[in-house]
Amino acid sequence: MNFITALGSQDFLQNALFAGLLASLAAGLVGPYVVVRRIGYLAGGIAHTVLAGMGIAYFMGASPLVGAFISAILAALLIGYISLKGFDQEDTVIGALWAIGMATGILFISQTPGYKVDLMSYLFGNLLLVPADAIGTLAWMVGGLALVLLLVHRPLTAVIFDEEFARLRGVPVKTLYLLLLVMVAITVVLLLQAVGLIMVLALLSLPAALAGHHARSLGMMIVIASLAAMAFTTGGLALSWQFDLPAGATIVLVAGVAYLLSLIWRSARGGLRR
Amino acid sequence: MVSPISVARPRTDSHPEASATGRSVGPVFRPVPADAPDAIDIRGVTFRYGEQVILDDVDFQVGAREIVGLIGPNGGGKSTLLKLILGLHKPAAGCVRVLGRTPKAAARHIGYVPQFANFVKRFPIRVEDVVLMGRQGRRRQWGPWPRADREAIGAVLEEVGISHLRRRHIDALSGGQLQRVLIARALAAEPQLLLLDEPTASVDSDGERSLFELFNRLANRMSVVVISHDLGFISDYVDRVACLNRKMIVHDTETLTAESIERLYGENVQMIHHHH
Repeated sequence: MNFITALGSQDFLQNALFAGLLASLAAGLVGPYVVVRRIGYLAGGIAHTVLAGMGIAYFMGASPLVGAFISAILAALLIGYISLKGFDQEDTVIGALWAIGMATGILFISQTPGYKVDLMSYLFGNLLLVPADAIGTLAWMVGGLALVLLLVHRPLTAVIFDEEFARLRGVPVKTLYLLLLVMVAITVVLLLQAVGLIMVLALLSLPAALAGHHARSLGMMIVIASLAAMAFTTGGLALSWQFDLPAGATIVLVAGVAYLLSLIWRSARGGLRR
Repeated sequence: MVSPISVARPRTDSHPEASATGRSVGPVFRPVPADAPDAIDIRGVTFRYGEQVILDDVDFQVGAREIVGLIGPNGGGKSTLLKLILGLHKPAAGCVRVLGRTPKAAARHIGYVPQFANFVKRFPIRVEDVVLMGRQGRRRQWGPWPRADREAIGAVLEEVGISHLRRRHIDALSGGQLQRVLIARALAAEPQLLLLDEPTASVDSDGERSLFELFNRLANRMSVVVISHDLGFISDYVDRVACLNRKMIVHDTETLTAESIERLYGENVQMIHHHH
């Protein structure tokens, strides 16, 4: 059965597509800020610290998604604080948190009786296992992200573009920076559904970086990144269905190939024509 | 410290035709309210980076609608002084008042053009959106730009001579054009005090002259402090020259001699006379 036919008849495949599209939209909304502010490493630190929260939630018999949310937001605030304090070895501190987060998660999971297969789906992503009742929650969260970004896009762009000037204009620089990291954290948890913890960074950064090749404004970059991420997710899901491949990895590879092609195309044109 | 002496310099007329021909048309009457506070009032300010004294017991006053050139050797503390005025640094000793307020309270009424752009040129943003950032903090902070702000920057772009670049991406600008964008961003705030840190560093001599004419015209409605290395230009366009090399010495432009300049810079200075 091909992907289009299956989509018409299989509810779980429709759920997978909806969840993937919502996660992609979140990546497209938030990813461009991460790329232009060059905080991919911070986003990676937040993403991998999430495993600690999920591991602890598993151990306590609570929902791993709730654990993921709590740990993602705590990690965002902690990493944001470290970044704002301007520690000499910021990269080392974030690298340490990254590793400690993962190690904590693995230890707690190892101490939890039985091996939970759906935990693997958080690590590597499995869109096909997304329950129907999760779609509504995802939609609300993406809607919330979009609304917050609509409100803060202007001052947030000012902060990302020229922090010193924004501060002089009375923009609450630190608050907005922490808010951005919290939005990154929420997006990371949304993306867990689609591509899993390990590959979150790919879907957060690749569509945005590709959009950066073609966009003249941050707003346009967000539109292109959102459309590109949704196309990659749909294409990746279709390919994985057709050839019986893992969905998360296929989506990331589709995004990676598209990004490289865009990079080659731009280089061939001798840089971006403005 | 030498007491500051104000000398009325001829102002470039703000009339567009006069500025287009580059003519100076004599002093322009600039009414300043009698109770207007000094734009800058710095008394006994000392600033250190660690053990190193950058500014030592500096006094510096700039009146309302006065234009002052700030010169001095590299590392003499010029940029640091601007950052104290902006409230980005705090003095170890002494008092800084700006527009009769604390620097932090006055920050929104200051236009600032930094020496180096603090952003990456590849940032996806157009000239008009950079200039709009100068309007940040004037009205509500949140949501899209109000129409009034978008309309207000038209006159600023016109004044700085970059209307034709409005839709251009910043990556496609020359050094001189980018400098004008930064000046437009500072002016978009409708400041009462304009601080310019070497605004003509990446500009050719024609561009430098037209920029200094612009600063001179702007001094008809705001106070201006401009850091420059080019004494030739400075002395033609400013009311006073303040020389900063850890300590501050203020001259009116007529009394600058090779000897006084050499003393300020603390080393032999090669003077090249040129007429612009």
